[in-house]
Amino acid sequence: MPESPPSATTTLCPSCAEPLDPGDRFCEHCGADVQAPPPAAAPPSGGGSPSGAGDAGPAAATGPAGAGATGPAAAPPSGADGDGARPRTDAAGADAGAAAGGYPAGGEAAAGDGPATDSFLLAPPQGQGQGQAQPQGDGDTLALGVPLPATKLSDPREEEPETAPEAETVCVACGLGGVDADGYCEHCGHAQPRQRDHQEQELEGVAAVSDRGLRHHRNEDAFALSTASLPDGSPAVAAVVCDGVSTAYRPDDASAAASAAGGESLLAALERGAPADEAMRGALLAAFEAVSALAEEEPAPDGAAHHNAPACTCVSAVVTGPVFTVGWIGDSRAYWIPDDRTQPSARLTEDDSWAARMVAAGLMTEAEAYADERAHAITGWLGADAVEVDPHVAAFQPESPGVIVVCTDGLWNYAESAAEMAAAVPRDARTRPLHSARTLVGVALDGGGHDNVTVAVLPFPAAVSRAGFPPDQATDGPGGAVNGL
Amino acid sequence: MARISKSNVPQFSVDIYQNEFLPEGGREVNAIVTVTSTGGGTSGGQPLPGPAFAAEGAPPSAGVVIMVDCSGSMEYPPTKMRNARDATAVAIDTIRDGVAFAVVAGTHQAREVYPANGGLAVADPTTRAQAKQALRKLTAGGGTAIGTWLRLADRLLASADVAIRHGILLTDGRNEHEKPEDLKATLDACTGRFTCDARGVGTDWEVKELTAIASAMLGSVDIVADPAGLAADFQAMMENAMGKEVADVSLRLWTPQGSEIAFVKQVAPTVEDLSGRRVEAGPRAGDYPTGSWGDESRDYHVSVRVPSAGVGQEMLAARLSLVLPQPDGTVEVLSQGLVRAVWTDDMAASTRINPQVAHYTGQAELAQVIQQGLEARKSGDMDGATAKLGRAVQLASASGNEDTAKLLAKVVDVVDAASGTVRLKARVADADEMTLETRSTKTVRVKK
Ligand SMILES: [Zn+2]
Ligand SMILES: [Zn+2]
Repeated sequence: MPESPPSATTTLCPSCAEPLDPGDRFCEHCGADVQAPPPAAAPPSGGGSPSGAGDAGPAAATGPAGAGATGPAAAPPSGADGDGARPRTDAAGADAGAAAGGYPAGGEAAAGDGPATDSFLLAPPQGQGQGQAQPQGDGDTLALGVPLPATKLSDPREEEPETAPEAETVCVACGLGGVDADGYCEHCGHAQPRQRDHQEQELEGVAAVSDRGLRHHRNEDAFALSTASLPDGSPAVAAVVCDGVSTAYRPDDASAAASAAGGESLLAALERGAPADEAMRGALLAAFEAVSALAEEEPAPDGAAHHNAPACTCVSAVVTGPVFTVGWIGDSRAYWIPDDRTQPSARLTEDDSWAARMVAAGLMTEAEAYADERAHAITGWLGADAVEVDPHVAAFQPESPGVIVVCTDGLWNYAESAAEMAAAVPRDARTRPLHSARTLVGVALDGGGHDNVTVAVLPFPAAVSRAGFPPDQATDGPGGAVNGL
Repeated sequence: MARISKSNVPQFSVDIYQNEFLPEGGREVNAIVTVTSTGGGTSGGQPLPGPAFAAEGAPPSAGVVIMVDCSGSMEYPPTKMRNARDATAVAIDTIRDGVAFAVVAGTHQAREVYPANGGLAVADPTTRAQAKQALRKLTAGGGTAIGTWLRLADRLLASADVAIRHGILLTDGRNEHEKPEDLKATLDACTGRFTCDARGVGTDWEVKELTAIASAMLGSVDIVADPAGLAADFQAMMENAMGKEVADVSLRLWTPQGSEIAFVKQVAPTVEDLSGRRVEAGPRAGDYPTGSWGDESRDYHVSVRVPSAGVGQEMLAARLSLVLPQPDGTVEVLSQGLVRAVWTDDMAASTRINPQVAHYTGQAELAQVIQQGLEARKSGDMDGATAKLGRAVQLASASGNEDTAKLLAKVVDVVDAASGTVRLKARVADADEMTLETRSTKTVRVKK
């Protein structure tokens, strides 16, 4: 429609009433999903918008909204029944994987020694000679369900907009109705964006973005970021990413509980001086406990098919000095993406999935296994009804700078191999981790957004004050337990 | 016991049971709504100080009129009239102190028996004794025009300023001395002004006729095949009436633009389609009257047609509130619940049928096939009757509705309940057939 409404007004975020820039997918101020506003979004009237009309906000970097929203519906997954596997409902994976041309062995080979499923002892952190107080991350402010601290971008345009006049909350779907106390439109009934639909956080040295995607009605992913000082004063930076199992009851609560508990446990242990691998294993177990505890809270309401205890996956990475440590249960993943793209990137985790198990057991080729409809059924998860608890922990010592990408399958379904992930990660990821995380979420949304998508980007070496690279000394621990990259 | 609550309305709670997940293109949302009121006066017949039963000296806030059929047919067998008198006496004994009441004798016209002063008496030992004394004068003779009884009951109840207005109606025959349209007009006039339970004694009355009366008056209907059972039934009915604490409660359903209510049925304790009773209540909202409530729980099946939406969308399909009209024209919202719709491409989620919805869909079908089967049987369609009643046996058995299964077994020989294989009995007592028909709408709740 070329015509503008007679009285041009600034489009305001339906959630926080801050002005929006044209083309914004998410509110720059509060992160609310604004991709379905009334269509007649007029440019800001003269001088009204501090952001400037022609200046696309950072969120615009994620590309056109909803490009893939009308993609074909994924084939329904039938319940996997072997090996105590747990069916995932995010069926998109199978399709996306197939569309991505299978699973080239090259992606695995790039990992050098391959993903480690054993734990490795780490050398004690080498003092960098700058043992001063590290910035204490405000990781404890990341409680899902409460407002996140406003994201700070390294963007010169950043300027606190004038407080917009208190606007009446209007439905993002029809633009006509108000919003009732339960969060539904009083005219068309549509659910309004919830805080958890889209969340962003950046701490010094790590950033993460989580999004509901385009095909799920709520975000069952969660993340936790934190930074801390080791006893020697050197920094530790961590990200925990969890994906709720949709077929279980309260998957959103499971992922929130797991990420919060895992992040807290990890940093507490590191601050006490625990080795990173031990801290990581403890964090996964703490996350496990937190999810299991949910099963004991309230029973599932009668009549709903919520017989399964709350469950989720968990993947975490923590950078401590010259090494970083990855831990996981389930099929959420971590990738190593070096700055120098001529160097090999690597997938660092091995899925607890039916397909991975089949391949590992030599029963099927990777292509065969991933073509099976049971491929994405997970064989390991956090939750009271988990068959076994088997935290996988691996440590890595890269020889060059880069980023660790920690993500749920909502992202890696669209960039499965290490090479594909490297192609999706912006070149400046290490210096702009939040921008990079947003870009990766955009990749998933543009690919169809079939699942919730969550991605954390951790620069290596830690991009916090005084972290140096390369380390002063080679840090082969006892037995040479650290993987080179 | 301290009673500090300003409003003595019992606590209402609303629980919604539904599968909110729809497939792409799905437009039908079904939910079972359980409404429970607690804090009302039902306590096994023990008098409780409650709002409907005011303290001594205060004006009564409940009124009851007992309508006793005194038509000529009540004379045969002679025990019938005596049993009716005895039952009415027991009911009078059950009326709590302070409750306003009257007794009406019904024939082709209605006559005040007690207090016979154009109004209601207030129950106390003296008035109860006087009322029972007046019953002795009741004799049988004349025709049957139930509409006149209801009109008189309405006038008597309207003469008192009471919140709960209830009638108890006993008849043994068809409504022969009144045109059906006259009865219909009376029901239209009285609906919402008082509630009324109806009982048919013997087997010469018309199930559909009495069912329609009780349904319109938001009351219960039952058969008392053996007049000897009247006293116990009257006592139970009166105790139930005495337990009512709040009248004129409505189920209000708001639907968003583009959505519409497909149907609203009460499904427990009995099946009753309320769809046609909708009274518009503002934009996109309608009220469905539910009558008076004591300590009790009822289930409703609400079906909503929603506009199609894309996978990943969520909307409110209906907002349900329980409302109580206030003197100033506004309503008090007693409780609320939400019926939601979420579109998903997870087939496992969208094809799941909520167990409560499945159960009550079956119970509604059970009531329907019993009525259709008995209708077919009456019209001589034995194959149709066998098929329908066989299906009824199957549904009753599968859902654990044992009372209905027992009633069915008096009408058909059950060969195999699980498959619904039955043979029609050659001889069926009228009372058994009428009992099955009258009670066909009684449901059971989901087995836990
Ligand atoms: Zn906002
Ligand atoms: Zn709306």
